This record gives sequence, structure tokens and C-alpha cells, in this order.
Amino acid sequence: MAKASLSQGRALPMAVGVATIIGAFVLLEMLLRYGVVNKYVVPLPSQVLMSLERIVVEENILSRIRETAYEMIVSCLAVIVLGVPIGAMLYRWRPLRRAVLDWVAATAAAPLVLAFPLFLVMFGRSPTTVIVMSVITGLAPIIIKTTEGLLGVRPVLINVGRSLKMTDAQMFRMILLPAALPTIFSGIRLSWTFVLISVVGIEFLINLGGLGQLINDLAERYDLPGTYAAIGFVILVSVIFFMLLERVEKWLRPAK
Amino acid sequence: MTLATTAATGATTGQPQLVIDNVFKQFGEGPGSVIAIDNMSFDVKPGEFVSVIGPSGCGKSTLFNIIGGLLDEYAGNVLIERERIAGPHKAVGMVFQEESTFPWRNVIDNVAFPLELQGVNKSERLDRAHHFIDLVGLKGFEKLMPSALSGGMRQRVSIARTLVSGPQILLMDEPFAALDEQTRLLLGDKITQIQQDLNQTTLLITHNLTEAVQLSDRIVVMTYRPGRVKRIVNIDLPRPRTSDVVSSDAFGHYVAEIWSDLREEASRGMADTESVRRTAPRG
Ligand SMILES: Nc1ncnc2c1ncn2[C@@H]1O[C@H](COP(=O)(O)OP(=O)(O)O)[C@@H](O)[C@H]1O
Ligand SMILES: [Mg+2]
Repeated sequence: MAKASLSQGRALPMAVGVATIIGAFVLLEMLLRYGVVNKYVVPLPSQVLMSLERIVVEENILSRIRETAYEMIVSCLAVIVLGVPIGAMLYRWRPLRRAVLDWVAATAAAPLVLAFPLFLVMFGRSPTTVIVMSVITGLAPIIIKTTEGLLGVRPVLINVGRSLKMTDAQMFRMILLPAALPTIFSGIRLSWTFVLISVVGIEFLINLGGLGQLINDLAERYDLPGTYAAIGFVILVSVIFFMLLERVEKWLRPAK
Repeated sequence: MTLATTAATGATTGQPQLVIDNVFKQFGEGPGSVIAIDNMSFDVKPGEFVSVIGPSGCGKSTLFNIIGGLLDEYAGNVLIERERIAGPHKAVGMVFQEESTFPWRNVIDNVAFPLELQGVNKSERLDRAHHFIDLVGLKGFEKLMPSALSGGMRQRVSIARTLVSGPQILLMDEPFAALDEQTRLLLGDKITQIQQDLNQTTLLITHNLTEAVQLSDRIVVMTYRPGRVKRIVNIDLPRPRTSDVVSSDAFGHYVAEIWSDLREEASRGMADTESVRRTAPRG
């Protein structure tokens, strides 16, 4: 009974979501067919769908997805592995925090992609360039949110730990981190958004490897349906990433 | 044997467990400074239940933090077994005024938390946690997360979490402040019973008069700004007690007696907050 209502609870939003997408496609198709929107700028959704098969067969899509996904996985893990400890360090050392937190926030707004020639010189036209640039692009939110989350831990919880004579390491692992986790996860979500955009964007920019390069190629050939189909694959990969993140969060934070 | 005699024998056989000796605490320096605690002295004997009562803002939580070892910079001495404490003392278990359950742990994992720190193995941990969950009347709620509980139930989880490690001295800061009167009386019964069963040395900090009289062997009445000991009242109500005691004549007599002391302090506290409100800039 409970199970049925639960799956129903998920099925309805899912159906609404799918219906909305289909509706938007149909609407766009109509607008294009009746000439409200220029056909040479936006391809027909039906053409995009038709071109999916061509993209899969001719453009080696699986290995491209693998390449892009690899860069994404490495970058996404790297922002966590680097960002959480840096955030924790800024929490711990107040002078450091006051000195650099604003700068960290500023880097989030800086158009780092413009520095791509510098990274090309350092790492060549390689996945390393894509990964390094994406990590730097995505690092700020996770650092800021980790610091914010730790600063926001209710003092009474820390006092409970102190009254139990917990060591610093125990305090961090068993109280500070779990208490800050919801905020840290919102930082991860933001960071990952930056990282995923950055990976494909830089592939596109330096014409290297996976899906970003494919989009670049197709756009250059003026294959608009193909371009949009390839963008569809990028969205698919991103959705998978966020679904995984949601799983991990559920597993780490039992029932809210 | 009544608790008063237990306390008396405790006093003759051993030293007082907890001594507050000339404790003084000032926040800040110069004109903006506040003297929160001004040379307070009293003791809590083994097995005794002592309450400290005073109006809001008189320095009760400050005293609680000093005795708990969370506030290091103060003058005077807090002695446990004749030694001045340095930081939180292992004999003391604290229950805080604010909600303090861990929202990411369910009830039983909250309660078992101190045992986890001590490295007690899982089955024993769960056994002991079950015992104290039962004691505070939360049997059947073990698997729920704190967010699914009422404020009173969460406070009981905190109390069980503190009791589970068997502290020699239980130190509580207004643990029932957020609760309604009925829950407060019933939880008071629980505390009395626990105190009776474990012969638990307890220092309760409260602003609630009925609660203090219902539970205590002695009550330390505090003055407002600076916080001093105004008077110490012995409560000679028979034990075992239940919340029924609140309807007895003797109870009413104690309440009236302490209230006459407290009223003066409480009205000074009220005048103080009102004048702050009046002089505070608007907007
Ligand atoms: N960390 C602090 N810094 C400055 N003043 C404080 C601090 N903590 C408490 N005080 C002041 O000390 C007084 C006593 O506070 P507190 O011990 O919390 O009172 P109570 O618990 O009895 O309500 C209050 O006037 C409060 O403003
Ligand atoms: Mg207080």
C-alpha cells in the first residue's frame, strides 16, 4: 500500500515532466512549420530526432561519451576531494578565511575560460587541460559552501561534543561534517553544474575529444539537427551525473 | 530510606562531589562589561538533587557552562572530588537548554552515541541505549529520526543520551523550558524516578518554581545582575515524590516562600529588559 503510493508519488511528476518536454517539442515544431521561428536558425525537433540515429552510427558517439564522461568523473571527484578539505581549512583558520574567502568567491564569477591559451601551453591539447580548467572553474562553490556549512553548525552540538571530551578528529568526523553535510551537498550540486558545463565548453573551445568537439564539428558543418542531437546527449550525461549524486546523498543522509 | 538521609550520610562518609567556591565571571572589560556571576558558592552532595533558580538573564547558563568546563576563564573554583576542574570533567554529564539531538542519527543511534565514542561493542551499546530509551518513556521510537519527534520527545532523547554513559553528576540547563506544563510535570516524574533508581547526583538549572520544588532536595535562589546566591532553601517534602506533590499544602508553602524571594529579582530583571527596550533605537 505504502509502496504503491510511493511509486505513484514518483510516477506523476515524471509523467508531467515528460509531457512538458513533448509539449514543448510539438509547440516548437508548429512554430517552425508555420514560419513563426526561422527554420535556418532552429532545426525542426522532428529532424533532430531523425538525426539521432545518424549521430550514433556515424560519429562514434559511444567513445565520445566515454571520453567526455571520463573528464567529467575525474573533474567532479577532484572538486570534492580538493574543495571540501580547503573549505574545512578556511573554517578552521579564521585569518586565512578572512584573507581569501572573498577571493574564492570572486573566482567563481571570473570568466576563467578566457585563460585557455595559458592552460594549453601548460598541458597541451589534452584531457588534462579540460580537467584542470574544469576543476578550477567548479571549485569555488564547494569551498564556500563547505566553509559556510561548518560555520553554521549549531554551537550547542559542538558543546555536546566538547562535554563528551571528543578529540578534534572525532568532532570533525562525527559532528561537524554530518551537521554541515546538507550545505556541502548544495555546494557540490553547484560545483558539478559548473564542471559539467566547463568540460563540454572547453572540449568545444579547444576542439578536443568528446561531445564538445562533436558539437563543434557538426556546427561547423552547419548540421543543425545533428548539433542539437549531440547537445541532447550532453544533457543525458549530465542528468545521469545528478541522479547519481542524489543517490549518494540519500545514502549518506537517511530520512530527513 | 529518604533521600535527605542518603544525602546526609553521603556528607558524613565522603566529601561533597561538587563544590562551587567563590565563582566569579565577568563578560568583557570596561563600561560595556557584564558581571554574570558574582562570587557564588554552594555544593551538591552525593546523591543529592539541587536546583539553581533565577529569572531569565541572571547568569544561570553561564554558571552551567563554567561547571560543565565549557567556559574556562573565570575566577574562583569548581571542584569535583576536591580537584579544580580543567575543561569538561568525565564525571559530569550535561543536558543543554537548546535542542541538541543529532538530526542525522535516529533515536537509538543518538542515545548510543557516547558509548560509540567509548568503543563499546555494538550489541552492548544497543542494549544499554534501549534501557535508557525505555527509562525516558520512548520505547517504540528507536528507529525514528529526531525530526519526526516533538520537542519534548527530543529533549528526552538528549537526557537519555546523557544518562547512558552513567555520569556521576548530572548537570541540566532548563531541560524542560520548551515544554508545556503537563509534559513538564510528567517528565519531572521520570526524572525523580531516575534520580531515585540511580541515586543520581543532579544539579538542575531552571527558572521554573514548581519544577524546582517538585524535584529538589535543596534550591539555590539566585539574584539578578549580578548573579549571586540569595538564599538556599531545604525542601523537606517526603520521598518518593510524584507530581501529585504539587497539590499538597507544604508544596504551596515552599513555592510561596521562594516566590517572595524570587519576585524581587524577577521584577528587577523585567524592569531591566523594559528599559533596554525603551532605550534601544527603533527600526
Ligand atoms: N558570551 C557572552 N558575552 C557577553 N555577555 C554574555 C555572554 N553570555 C552571557 N552573557 C550575559 O550574561 C548574562 C547572563 O546570561 P545567561 O547566563 O545566559 O543567563 P540565563 O541563562 O540565566 O538566562 C546576560 O546578561 C547575558 O547577556
Ligand atoms: Mg539560560
